[in-house]
Amino acid sequence: MSGAAPVVALHAVEKVFETAEARTTALSGIDLEIHGGEFVSLIGPSGCGKSTLLRIIGDLTGPTGGTVEVNGKPAARARRDRDYGMVFQAPVLFDWRSIQANVELPLEITGLSGNERRERAARMLDLVELGDFGRHHPWQLSGGMQQRAAIARALALEPRLLLMDEPFGALDEMTRERMNDELLRIWERTRTTIVFVTHSIPEAVFLSSRVVVMSARPGRITDVIEVDLERPRTEASRETERYFELVTTVRESLRAGHGPAPLDPVDAEATA
Amino acid sequence: MSRRLRYYLPAIAVFVGGIVVWELLVRILEIQRFLLPAPSAIAGALLENWSDLLEAGRTTFIEAVGGFAIGTVAGLVVAFATARYALARGALMPFAIAANAIPIIAFAPIMNSWFGTTSPVSKMMIVAMLVFFPVMINTVRGLTSPDASSLELMRSYAAGELDILRKVRIPAALPYFFTAIKVGATLSLIGAVVGEYFGGATLALGRIIVESASFLRFAEAWAAIVIAAALGIGFYLVIIAIERIVMPWHPSVRGSS
Repeated sequence: MSGAAPVVALHAVEKVFETAEARTTALSGIDLEIHGGEFVSLIGPSGCGKSTLLRIIGDLTGPTGGTVEVNGKPAARARRDRDYGMVFQAPVLFDWRSIQANVELPLEITGLSGNERRERAARMLDLVELGDFGRHHPWQLSGGMQQRAAIARALALEPRLLLMDEPFGALDEMTRERMNDELLRIWERTRTTIVFVTHSIPEAVFLSSRVVVMSARPGRITDVIEVDLERPRTEASRETERYFELVTTVRESLRAGHGPAPLDPVDAEATA
Repeated sequence: MSRRLRYYLPAIAVFVGGIVVWELLVRILEIQRFLLPAPSAIAGALLENWSDLLEAGRTTFIEAVGGFAIGTVAGLVVAFATARYALARGALMPFAIAANAIPIIAFAPIMNSWFGTTSPVSKMMIVAMLVFFPVMINTVRGLTSPDASSLELMRSYAAGELDILRKVRIPAALPYFFTAIKVGATLSLIGAVVGEYFGGATLALGRIIVESASFLRFAEAWAAIVIAAALGIGFYLVIIAIERIVMPWHPSVRGSS
C-alpha cells in the first residue's frame, strides 16, 4: 500500500475551449500534487479556470492536455469508483426529496440496502448538525443549512476526497464564517482531503493548509502559499497577527499574478 | 364557522348571487326565452330530461376521457423518445409547437369522416389530438429542465442514464406534466362536445345542444351545457387531487395547504 501516493496528481494539465470564432486557453501548464489529509484552496480572479480545474479533477470535464490522477488512477476511473464527493455553489438539493432522502441519493445509486442507507444518512446529518431536520424538505431550510445538507450528501459515500466549488459563495459573511468553522471541524473528524475553490482570501487562509494562487488568461498557477496557522483553528485564529500576515501575502500574490495595474480605463472596466 | 368555509364563502356568495341576479333580470326585463332562459327554466329542463342528459353525459365523458388517455399516453411516449435524443428533439419540437398553435378542433369534421360520424372513436381522436401536443411539449420541457449542476451531481456518482431518468428527470418533469394534463382535461370536454356538433350518437351532449337549439328548446340546450360544465370541472378536480397526492412537495400544492 502506497500511503504516500498523492490523492490528486496533475501534470501539465491544459484546457482549451474551441468555438467557431475563438480558441481560449482556460488552463495551461498546471502541475499540482495534493496529499492525503490536506486542505488545499484554489484562489484567483474570475476566469482563471479554478472551477474548470476542479471539474477536471472530478472528471466532469476532460483536459485537452496533460494527465490527471486521483487516488493513483486516471480521473475517469476514480469517478466511476466514486472516489470523491462534490459540493457545488448551489446546494443542488432535490425539492421532491426530504433532506434525509437527498443525503441517501448517492447511496441509492451505489445500491446500498435501505437500512444501511438510513443509518448512514442519519450519521452524516448528525455530523453536519442537521440531525433533527431529516424529515424537512429543502425549501424549509435556510441557505446555510441547505449547504450543510449538500456536504452531508457529499460525505455519504465516505470518499477520501471532497471537491468544493465556492460552496459558501452565496452565503452572507456571518453564515460563511460559521460554515468555515464547521467545515474545519468536519475535516478534522473525517480526515478527508479537501480541494476548495474560493475567491475569498480570508476564507482560503482560515481553512487551508495550502493556498494555490492562480491568474487568468491563460489560467496558470502563479504561487503556492503554505498556511502555517496553528490548528485547531478557531474564531481566535482570525485575530492573530500571523493570520493577517498570511492574508496580506495571498493578496499580494494575487495582485502580482494579475499583472500591472491597468491604466487604460476600458481595460479596467473589462477586468472589473 | 370553519376556516375552510370562510375561505370559500365569497365564491359561494358570488355564485348564488349571480344565479339570483340572472333569474331576476330575465323576469324583470322579460328577456325572450330563446335568448336567455331563466335559471329556474334550466333547472326544470334538467329535472325533466335527467335520465337522457345523464346518458348523454356518460357518452360524451367516455369520449373525452378515452381521447384524453390516448393523447396523454401518446404524448408521453413521443416526449420520452424525443427528450432522450437531442437530434429528434431538434427535428420534432418546432413542428409540435407549431401544431399546438393551430386550431385542431377544425379537424373535427374530417375526423368524423375518417372514423365514422356516429362512432365515439372519431371524437376520441379529436380529443387525443388536442391533448397530445401540450402533453408532449411540456413533458419534453420538463425532462430536459434539470440544470447542469443536477446532471453533474449525478455524473459525480457515476449514475447511469436510467438512474438520472428515474431520480432527476422524471420528478423534475412532473410539474410540467400536470400543467399539461390540467389544460388537457379542459380541452378534452371541449373536443368531445364540439366534435359531436358535427354528428355523433343521438344521446350525446353536443347533439342535444345542437338539436335543442335548432328546435328553439333553449332550456334543454342550457341543461346539456350545465352537465358538460359539471363534467369538465369534475375532471379537472380529479386531476388536481391526483397532483396533490403525487407531488405534495411542489410549490403549487404546498402553497395552498
